[in-house]
Amino acid sequence: MATRIVVDPVTRIEGHLRIEAEIENGKIKDAYSSGTMVRLLEEILKGRDPRDAWAFVGRVCGVCTSVHSLTSVRAVEDALDIVIPPDAEMVRNIMFCTQYLHDHVVHFYHLHAMDWVDVVDALKADPKKTSELAQSISNWPKSSPGYFSDLQVRIKKFVDSGQLGIFSNGYWGHPAYKLPSEVNLIGLAHYLEALEWQKEIVKVHAIFGGKNPHPNYLVGGMACSISKDDVSGINAERLALVHQLLQQAQVFVEQVYIPDLMAIASFYKDWGAIGGGLGNYLVYGDLPTNGYRDVASYKILPGVILNRDLSKVHEVDLRKDDEVQEFINHSWYEYKGGDAVGLHPWKGESKIKYTGPKPPFEHLDTTQKYSYLKTPRWKGEAMEVGPLARLLVAYARGNKEVKEVVDKAVTDLQVPITALFSTLGRTAARGLESILAARWGLEFYDALIANIKNGDTRMADTKKFEPDTWPAKAVGVGHAEAPRGALAHWINIEDRKIANYQLVVPTTWNASPRDGKGKQSAYEAALMDTPVADEKQPLEIIRTVHSFDPCLACAVHLYDEYGNHINRIAIVGD
Amino acid sequence: MQQIAKPAMPTYYDEVERKGYSRRDFMKFVTMMAAFMGLEKSAIGQIAEALKNKPRVPVIWLHFQECTCCSESFIRSSHPIVADILLDQISLDYTETLMAASGHQAEEAMHNTMSKYKGEYILCVEGSVPMEADGVYCMIGGKTSLQILKEAAEGAKAVIAWGSCACNGCVQAAKPNPTMATPIHKLVSGKPIIKVPGCPPIGEVMAGVIVHLVTFGTIPELDGIGRPKAFYSKRVHDSCYRRPYYDAGLFVNSFDDENARKGYCLYKVGCKGPSTYNACGITKWNGGTSFPIQSGHGCFGCSEANFWDNGRIYERASAFPGWGIEADADTFGKVALGVTGAAIAAHAVMTNVRKQKLIQNITAEGRESEKDLDI
Repeated sequence: MATRIVVDPVTRIEGHLRIEAEIENGKIKDAYSSGTMVRLLEEILKGRDPRDAWAFVGRVCGVCTSVHSLTSVRAVEDALDIVIPPDAEMVRNIMFCTQYLHDHVVHFYHLHAMDWVDVVDALKADPKKTSELAQSISNWPKSSPGYFSDLQVRIKKFVDSGQLGIFSNGYWGHPAYKLPSEVNLIGLAHYLEALEWQKEIVKVHAIFGGKNPHPNYLVGGMACSISKDDVSGINAERLALVHQLLQQAQVFVEQVYIPDLMAIASFYKDWGAIGGGLGNYLVYGDLPTNGYRDVASYKILPGVILNRDLSKVHEVDLRKDDEVQEFINHSWYEYKGGDAVGLHPWKGESKIKYTGPKPPFEHLDTTQKYSYLKTPRWKGEAMEVGPLARLLVAYARGNKEVKEVVDKAVTDLQVPITALFSTLGRTAARGLESILAARWGLEFYDALIANIKNGDTRMADTKKFEPDTWPAKAVGVGHAEAPRGALAHWINIEDRKIANYQLVVPTTWNASPRDGKGKQSAYEAALMDTPVADEKQPLEIIRTVHSFDPCLACAVHLYDEYGNHINRIAIVGD
Repeated sequence: MQQIAKPAMPTYYDEVERKGYSRRDFMKFVTMMAAFMGLEKSAIGQIAEALKNKPRVPVIWLHFQECTCCSESFIRSSHPIVADILLDQISLDYTETLMAASGHQAEEAMHNTMSKYKGEYILCVEGSVPMEADGVYCMIGGKTSLQILKEAAEGAKAVIAWGSCACNGCVQAAKPNPTMATPIHKLVSGKPIIKVPGCPPIGEVMAGVIVHLVTFGTIPELDGIGRPKAFYSKRVHDSCYRRPYYDAGLFVNSFDDENARKGYCLYKVGCKGPSTYNACGITKWNGGTSFPIQSGHGCFGCSEANFWDNGRIYERASAFPGWGIEADADTFGKVALGVTGAAIAAHAVMTNVRKQKLIQNITAEGRESEKDLDI
């Protein structure tokens, strides 16, 4: 007899996610993922200045801050045929790498670590042994016995106070926690250190974009002019700070994040066979090095992998009507043509209609509509997006840099490459991608310096900034690889205003409800057969859900309420 | 482990002492904190006393229609750093962003605090509440955000509305506000509400508000619309290092032009600094690294009510209220850069006349702009 359990709120994510699961004989037999908050930003964007759109859609998410703004300025530049100067491209790329570094580290330590690290058990650790262990896996200097015993004293005092704060009611002592006390103590120490470090790396955004979260972008380039011989703008002092922050980030990733990831993963190898899910992976590509339209110049390559078959990479075309489509069979929306059809985002007509139970309620009726997320499909297939998808596509395409990093990790962990198709694989991929992001950030920095040295200090192309230079109608698409996966915005400009604006975002791919054929999306599929030791404590469920790094505010939108004028859009420069 | 062991709760002073700081260091910190919060010297003793003796203040932090940028900004605070706030100053018993527990365990943690510390806990709210369709556009644990807010507000000592979402509805309340996103002060009554607007607010400002509450056990002094005076009493324009260029009539005409590289005033490319009250020009962002204007982009007024509908981002604010003589920057620029000596002299006279009236004008403007706010 199956038991139905509910996890709501799923915490340590962005936004509002609810999971309902059927458990039988200690395993998940069925799972349902529901997004329970909606803001309808597309409706709000209509009639506004396209140059302002980046600021509005930037507010889709403050965790993966900057990526929606980047995608938006790309969409507008694409529509208006604006090519940004090379310096601006490098600055955007540096900010992009910074975002990966911040987001991935914060995800690992602050949103995910407590699924693997038992904070309370860290009190039992021997500080001397902890120190020896820490020094055996890394050169990170904060590793003395005194350092760890001080921390232990502080945490003991905290726990003894009876006010456990963010650690209240955690799953401490749960049998699924497998780490030795010493590793738990290292994890806890680095939780606090990462919390302190993350506020540093985002200074790169403050330098180029004025603030973080939500740095400023600009259609045509960036607003931060280079001023080599002036105290205003980007001069040697500002650049030196950027350089130092990127170098420190690389040290933190290589000496803290990766050793911790590998140490923790080595005790949870069984999770290399749990939570695999779909086995289909989708990537749009990012980090242009010769302009947004030159896809071949991207550091992150686009492509699709089906059924875990790494011998073949399929090409993605966002323009084609029959590739990306969205369904609403289980989503609280209605289409004019009914629920049977799937619509390409350009033709996306939909209207919100909540038909779920009246709150307060205990359960959703998952045989009916049960989420504010729509269900996107690629050629009818459910796809997983995110760091794992990116690494696998690059790996399958034979990218040397990625192969090297991935092969080293699986060799060090003594697991087969197929262990990547799992909860552990997703979590590991995020770390491995951070190694690359740190390296690439420094490469882009060098390229920026070289450009400036060569006398090119242009940061924005404003020839088409004023609306009177625009055509009466224009359409465009911007895409990016957000930390959580493939992201695209479509814009339709008419009479110099936004006529239509649409987003299909990573967490919509991953967290959506099932489609009309009953086919699950990535979260639901990944939860199938997951062992659950204690039905009252959903630790294993949140482990797998967190491995995707959920971002629900991103995932929920409303498309054009009236379903008008969408099929005129032609995508350029994918 | 779950029982309260009195009086073992670590105070701020215990922690400072444990870290090996002297009392002298401690007092230095307290003095700095007092200066940071804009307090009189006489308050220093009070802060020191509070940090020495107070147990951690229980805090419940709710998330509704938001993007989590406020939580993200909060963890960026450089002084105090957030680890110290969480371990030493407050007991953050519920926050969906950081807490270990999920689902029932998370809800239980919140209810424990609500009953155990009734009348004592601080309620922080990040996000707006959708009132359309009986509130179903934001549901957590099967309840609407309104149901949760009402329940949690009842036993709260005070409410902090974090960010523009909670203060004025922010982006989801921009026209046509399809979900009827509603700010907190319209839904909670009978409780002191501290509004900390901004998209997001500056991390150190958020930490500063918390430190004030913990330290004094009272809410900071608020302005007419509920914002802490310490951080929202100055216009970005008046604390902007580019202000002299404005006064001299030297403007950026388009992004990345020659004047942009010289760091001239961004007013003509849309800067809303003249109508925005925030600490950006002084406290700056991310540990004082920069702020929007310093990085070449105008302020777009993210701490002002309904800023998404107060003109386009790159549209020049024509003659903002109360700024007497010059009709707009162009005319003013002509005057300031007048080719004849007479014009320059005239400008000098005008500047002096205006400066005498400056404080008076700013005060009047502040009152004037409050009238336009959706409060």
